[in-house]
Amino acid sequence: MPNMSPNKTPVTEQDPKVRARNFKEVTLGYTPEQAMLEASRCLNCKNRPCTTGCPVGVKIPDFIAKVVEGRFEEAYAVIKSTNSLPAVTGRVCPQERQCESKCVRGVKGEPVAIGRLERFCADYVRENCSSASIEKPVLNGHKVAVVGAGPSGLTCAGDLAKLGYDVSVFEAFHTAGGVLMYGIPEFRLPKAIVSHEIDGLKELGVDIETNMVIGKVLSIDELLERGYEAIFVGSGAGLPRFMGIEGEGLVGVYSANEYLTRINLMKAYLDDYDTPIKRSRSVAVCGGGNVAMDAARSAMRLGAEHVYIIYRRSLDEMPARKEEVHHAMEEGIEFLVLNNPVKIDGDENGNVCGMTCIKMELGEPDESGRRSPVAVEGSEYELDVDTVIMAIGTSPNPLIRSTTPGLEANKRGCLVVDEESMRTSKDAVYAGGDAVTGAATVILAMGAGKKAAAHIDEYIKHKNN
Amino acid sequence: MFRIAQKRILNDQVILMKIEAPYIAAKVDAGQFIIYRVDERGERVPLTVADSDKVNGTITIIFQTVGGSTQKLAALNEGDYILDVVGPLGVATEYEKDIKRVAVVGGGVGCAIAYPQSKKLHNMGVYVDLIAGFRSKDIVIIEDEMKEASDALHICTDDGSYGYHGFVTNKLQELIDGGAKYDEVIAIGPVPMMKFVCKVTEPYGIKTLVSLNPIMVDGTGMCGGCRVTVDGKIKYACVDGPDFDGHKVDFDELMRRNGTYRNQEKSHVCNLTGEVR
Ligand SMILES: Cc1cc2nc3c(=O)[nH]c(=O)nc-3n(C[C@H](O)[C@H](O)[C@H](O)COP(=O)(O)OP(=O)(O)OC[C@H]3O[C@@H](n4cnc5c(N)ncnc54)[C@H](O)[C@@H]3O)c2cc1C
Ligand SMILES: Cc1cc2nc3c(=O)[nH]c(=O)nc-3n(C[C@H](O)[C@H](O)[C@H](O)COP(=O)(O)OP(=O)(O)OC[C@H]3O[C@@H](n4cnc5c(N)ncnc54)[C@H](O)[C@@H]3O)c2cc1C
Ligand code: SF4
Ligand code: FES
Repeated sequence: MPNMSPNKTPVTEQDPKVRARNFKEVTLGYTPEQAMLEASRCLNCKNRPCTTGCPVGVKIPDFIAKVVEGRFEEAYAVIKSTNSLPAVTGRVCPQERQCESKCVRGVKGEPVAIGRLERFCADYVRENCSSASIEKPVLNGHKVAVVGAGPSGLTCAGDLAKLGYDVSVFEAFHTAGGVLMYGIPEFRLPKAIVSHEIDGLKELGVDIETNMVIGKVLSIDELLERGYEAIFVGSGAGLPRFMGIEGEGLVGVYSANEYLTRINLMKAYLDDYDTPIKRSRSVAVCGGGNVAMDAARSAMRLGAEHVYIIYRRSLDEMPARKEEVHHAMEEGIEFLVLNNPVKIDGDENGNVCGMTCIKMELGEPDESGRRSPVAVEGSEYELDVDTVIMAIGTSPNPLIRSTTPGLEANKRGCLVVDEESMRTSKDAVYAGGDAVTGAATVILAMGAGKKAAAHIDEYIKHKNN
Repeated sequence: MFRIAQKRILNDQVILMKIEAPYIAAKVDAGQFIIYRVDERGERVPLTVADSDKVNGTITIIFQTVGGSTQKLAALNEGDYILDVVGPLGVATEYEKDIKRVAVVGGGVGCAIAYPQSKKLHNMGVYVDLIAGFRSKDIVIIEDEMKEASDALHICTDDGSYGYHGFVTNKLQELIDGGAKYDEVIAIGPVPMMKFVCKVTEPYGIKTLVSLNPIMVDGTGMCGGCRVTVDGKIKYACVDGPDFDGHKVDFDELMRRNGTYRNQEKSHVCNLTGEVR
């Protein structure tokens, strides 16, 4: 008998007032009882609309049916057969725009909480099931290199390792994980979970070499010379953008990447770590994506009295996940939508002491189909802030394309690939994730890594036949 | 893990270490740097590679103990390990074509960074005046190495306790006045020193390269923390530099931004501020 409640089974969350000052996870996740209750809202539709909304095709009704029966390990196995990082995607996927947007239950009421169920299965298995030691695949004698240990690279590496390839991942940072480690904060994605997933890959036999900046210490061509038969480039889109307004060189102006890296990767919020970070009184975060939400909520947790999100369109156009916007509002982040920074003001010592903003209104739709923001003349005003964080987007780092002859990129700096096979313009070199699409999502990066792994396998088999 | 193969104390604030890092040693060129993280809780700190030994797979760093992170490094000994070393980062120095004579100007521990430049140019057959400035005699470092890597070594001390009495800028001006025709000047040291060297060379239109030392995190162009304004545009010192045309650098902004954490760093040795590289 399906549970006909129009609403998702509520999940326990930390009180907004408390969590706004700590880095512990916001959402506590379902208990087994809650998960089974929520799972029984699923109608097990024949045509599976939810699955079509999932970029990696998780067999959603199948895994949910196992949850209904309390067979959590089996449910997890179903998810894991197409999605290598369920604990991660269950937490950070924009479900409302993917699987859940297609769910039949969403027509009258709320869709099934697919994301929460996915997360539950992964957490349950991690916490309760002694991981049967993974059987190492039999090596097939072929070596593949992966550049970048973000979700795209890790997924590609995992899939290839399962097929028997000897895979080495080269990562520039001292820690694997990409944005999952340096960008997304602990309160949304605990780092122990990312590490757990990475340990699983190592058990599969994937070799992860950190502190290796490809394009500097070794070039792509040198990797090929070293006997790697194919290379997957998953180097992400880490290059921050600034607005080009006056005052961006003042002390107290951060790119979101720097701010978040200091906090997440370098643990600047913990006293016994050496990396410093500014303790701000009043912070303006420019932008409206997940990155802006993460920077704003981190600033709040570091003790700021006021944290503003400055976004030039309206709430409806905000690209951030709905849940994060909602959480940010609950935590007291002040949303100044239809506002745009004009100039950052500094005191006589070159420290940020304010920001001049202008009000915006929505005009005609632009090529993206969204109504374009237009400044309201004469509406400038001063915002009292001592820190400004720019979260207005990133583009792919030029390091690899500029040191790899024959690797084509488009004018936005994204690597050009054949979308079917993820092959670049250079023989034996594949690419995917943000390095190809520009800043996108974890699940799309994983999807690209998977696709590339399959085609790399085909390519190497074909070549050796 | 990266093993410390050798440690030499050059003066009471400056230490030389040879570190086993064969990949980096094989690739590094003058002007490039590494970033180290001494242990799990450490910051990521940039240091120039002062020398490298491809045969033994070691790189040499020479650093001044400034604050907590360099003190932690200084506390390690031969045979100990550094958790992370990444490099070579940055673009190797590119010199003007057909140069015949240059002045390489180093200030304090900056001499350690000027030294590989001088050595490389000297080996290329360029006539090198190496002007090395220190506050006083007791902190002069790597004098023998510098002598060997240049055609003329001019040691200057602020207090006159050794060599030429005066700042490196005074010496440089004297050499120019004395008829030295420089195709290029390379200045490496504290930001104010580099700024004033540029002031000396500007009227003569002598191209002046400076090696900038903004605060860094990743060193790959990801965080934007190392941005400097050059010719009115944003540049990232870690990937576009660290060398830039000194006549176009906004030094005042760099000085301000390098002071971002000055009040916060717990064990910062204040009287050394001017000497942070
Ligand atoms: C703050 C923030 C919040 C986000 N929130 C969400 C969210 O809630 N949901 C969601 O779906 N997506 C979110 N995203 C986007 C998502 O994280 C990215 O789309 C995804 O991580 C891209 O994966 P990737 O593997 O392509 O690259 P990345 O995760 O960027 O990983 C690239 C890796 O390559 C390494 N690398 C780069 N260059 C080199 C080199 N030359 N040599 C060696 N290694 C190199 C990098 O150090 C990095 O580890 C967020 C992004 C940010 C920044
Ligand atoms: C590309 C590059 C190459 C460098 N090469 C050398 C070298 O060969 N030898 C050497 O002795 N030093 C070098 N430096 C400077 C060195 O990185 C700093 O002295 C070091 O970061 C100080 O760290 P600390 O924790 O000991 O001091 P902290 O206590 O962190 O800092 C002391 C003071 O220096 C400021 N500061 C922090 N980081 C830097 C930085 N990266 N540069 C300048 N000031 C900083 C802080 O704001 C603080 O006021 C280099 C810097 C760069 C960017
Ligand atoms: S669309 Fe919704 S109700 Fe139908 S199978 Fe998918 S999750 Fe279940
Ligand atoms: S150090 Fe982060 S961009 Fe240069």
